[in-house]
Amino acid sequence: MAKSKRVDRRGFIKGAALAATAPIAIAQQVRVAAPANTAEAGGSAADPRITERPGADFMIDVFKSIGFEYCFAMPGSSFAGIHESMINYGGNQAPEYITCCNEESSVAMASGYAKIEGKPVMTCAHGTVGLQHATMAIYDAFCDRVPIYLVLGNTLDAAHRGGEVTWLHSVQDAAAMVREITKWDDTPQSLTHFAESAVRAYKIAMTPPMMPVVLTVDTEMQEQAIPPGESPRIPKLALAAPPQGDTGAVAEAARLLVAAQNPVIVASRAARTPAGLKLLVELAETLQAGVVDQHRRMNFPTRHPLNQTLRAGVSGKPTTGAPVTEADVVLALESSDLYSTVRQARQRNPTLKLISISASDLFLKSNYQDFMRFTDVDLPIAADVEATLPSLIEAVKRLLTDDRKRAFQARGAKLAEGGRLAAEKARADAAYGWDASPISTARLSAELWAQIKNEDWSLLSDTFWIREWPLRLWNFDKHYQYIGGSGSEGIGYMAPATVGAALANKKHGRLSVAIQTDGDLMVANGVLWTAAHHHIPLLTLMHNNRAYHQEVMGIQGLANRHNRGIDRIHIGTKIDNPNIDYAKLAQSMGVRAEGPISDPKELAAALRRGIEVVKRGEPYLIDTVTQPR
Amino acid sequence: MKLTLWPAAALLLSGLCAYSQNGNAENGKQLFMKNGCYECHGTVGQGGTGPHLAPRPLATAALTAYVRKPGGGMPPYSVKVMPDSEVADIRAWLATIPEAPAAKSIPLLNP
Repeated sequence: MAKSKRVDRRGFIKGAALAATAPIAIAQQVRVAAPANTAEAGGSAADPRITERPGADFMIDVFKSIGFEYCFAMPGSSFAGIHESMINYGGNQAPEYITCCNEESSVAMASGYAKIEGKPVMTCAHGTVGLQHATMAIYDAFCDRVPIYLVLGNTLDAAHRGGEVTWLHSVQDAAAMVREITKWDDTPQSLTHFAESAVRAYKIAMTPPMMPVVLTVDTEMQEQAIPPGESPRIPKLALAAPPQGDTGAVAEAARLLVAAQNPVIVASRAARTPAGLKLLVELAETLQAGVVDQHRRMNFPTRHPLNQTLRAGVSGKPTTGAPVTEADVVLALESSDLYSTVRQARQRNPTLKLISISASDLFLKSNYQDFMRFTDVDLPIAADVEATLPSLIEAVKRLLTDDRKRAFQARGAKLAEGGRLAAEKARADAAYGWDASPISTARLSAELWAQIKNEDWSLLSDTFWIREWPLRLWNFDKHYQYIGGSGSEGIGYMAPATVGAALANKKHGRLSVAIQTDGDLMVANGVLWTAAHHHIPLLTLMHNNRAYHQEVMGIQGLANRHNRGIDRIHIGTKIDNPNIDYAKLAQSMGVRAEGPISDPKELAAALRRGIEVVKRGEPYLIDTVTQPR
Repeated sequence: MKLTLWPAAALLLSGLCAYSQNGNAENGKQLFMKNGCYECHGTVGQGGTGPHLAPRPLATAALTAYVRKPGGGMPPYSVKVMPDSEVADIRAWLATIPEAPAAKSIPLLNP
């Protein structure tokens, strides 16, 4: 957009004068619910300090048209115009401002929300000091294929940067810092440009592979009057239909799957919505094929007879055990690490056929290495899994014969028995250390399950840190009951993501629960205050092993390999001396809490007390001292 | 001198052998924590990132061989880091850990 279209201070004064003569026409164009003229509002058109219809009002109209329910943000002067318009002009409704204590928390909360609700909230941050905080969570969302909508404030015109702080908070190209971990960004130069880019950004974020997008918005464009003569229009938002797999490739995939003796479906981020889970069940049942869920999302019911995840091993991601190593055809659905998934299987069976359906093949960046090691795929289909499954299911059904159906039924019965035995073994394993103190993670999980299993519950924390016990013991059969982990395996995601996801669950009346690791909570525990302040119902059960335990094991391993002994591995890895009192920490921020609890027999009563509070619409935290894993 | 010391050395050696075979369970419990075994196997050997070690642990010789050349993700424990006698003590303690209750006897573990 031409520079002349932008508003500088001289233009603002001129514009303010003109606005007094033609306010109605502009208001109709931009749907600004402002007084007909400034005199009616008690302002003075002659006073250049008064701006009654700032550009940010129009921006709020655009954001409302997109349909944002919330805005997660820590306040910052560079987007103060949007902030002020949101809470006053916009009535602080859709979007409603949710106060965060750290931009990393804002974005991680947005990630949790999006994974429950299937769409982004709006997040705002300073283009400099805010974005630098937010970057880790943006990388998480980038790796985790989560749509994040981030609005940055920035003062573009150097001539109008007020003082030292504004200069320090200004940047030539704000989004440059995260361009390698976002899908798209823009810095609009006018309100018309803003509106188009705002709608475009949302559309891009929501097109698989979903990823973060960034909109950098000039502070002056936010704060100064809508320029006279500019008639910004709010573009129509229509989301792109997600890409389906090529018809011929889908037919070939069906042929391979129907002909296979032991086809296995490996799902990672396959189900984006509840429909994805149902489609995967239909495909598995049609084929009577085993499913291994790598649990980056809730893809497949844990107690479905064809669920073979427990046979695949649970000690790490991706799961790679027996069902995969015994397969002759593997169908990988948005599996993030194909190489590790089939490495052992290919060693055993070099003729193994690998089919991959992944939207990640449609969009790659170079710098960060989330694309993993290159893997020989026999039939790569660059497409969205959910959009492709209906045609794949139909193609499979067209190939079914009575002979194949009989073979499938026999296979299904065998798989069901294998799954049943694996579940039985999981329960037997959970009994080890049942009464131990610190509390075993199996006991912790079983106690929580006993209290929530008859509720409409949603587990919002990553289970990797507790040996996947909930996924081994509980009956997950709904998409919103599990949202996977951070994406980049960084730390600091879980606590804010659970709060954001709990906010998404709130209007659905779901009971949100999380088993929260201690090290993660300590990254940015101000999110507890956010939960209390905004009355976000969430039961947080601490997995307090008083250590960065992953790193304990890592340093221990190195010390052993270097033959130096392990008597100093606690240095830098333990979170003790003093022990952190998480109940007091939570209470200090207005969250009702209790603990620490080390005796597993005390858990049930504590959980009942916590659930009672959460059902009343408030957060509750129980500090439990636990085994390392 | 040699003649007079030999029976004592033999006695000591035989004592050590007996010690190695049987181990000191109380010391083993402390070593299990001190040597960081619990980090992967849980404070009562119930398993964690690594498999459960108790009840019914491996025989001392097998356990010793394994910690020297482990499989999977377990790092090797050299003699310098964990002498044979310590492995034996740990094994002795693991052997005292009672059987886990049957899952069917635990109401919370019944589906």
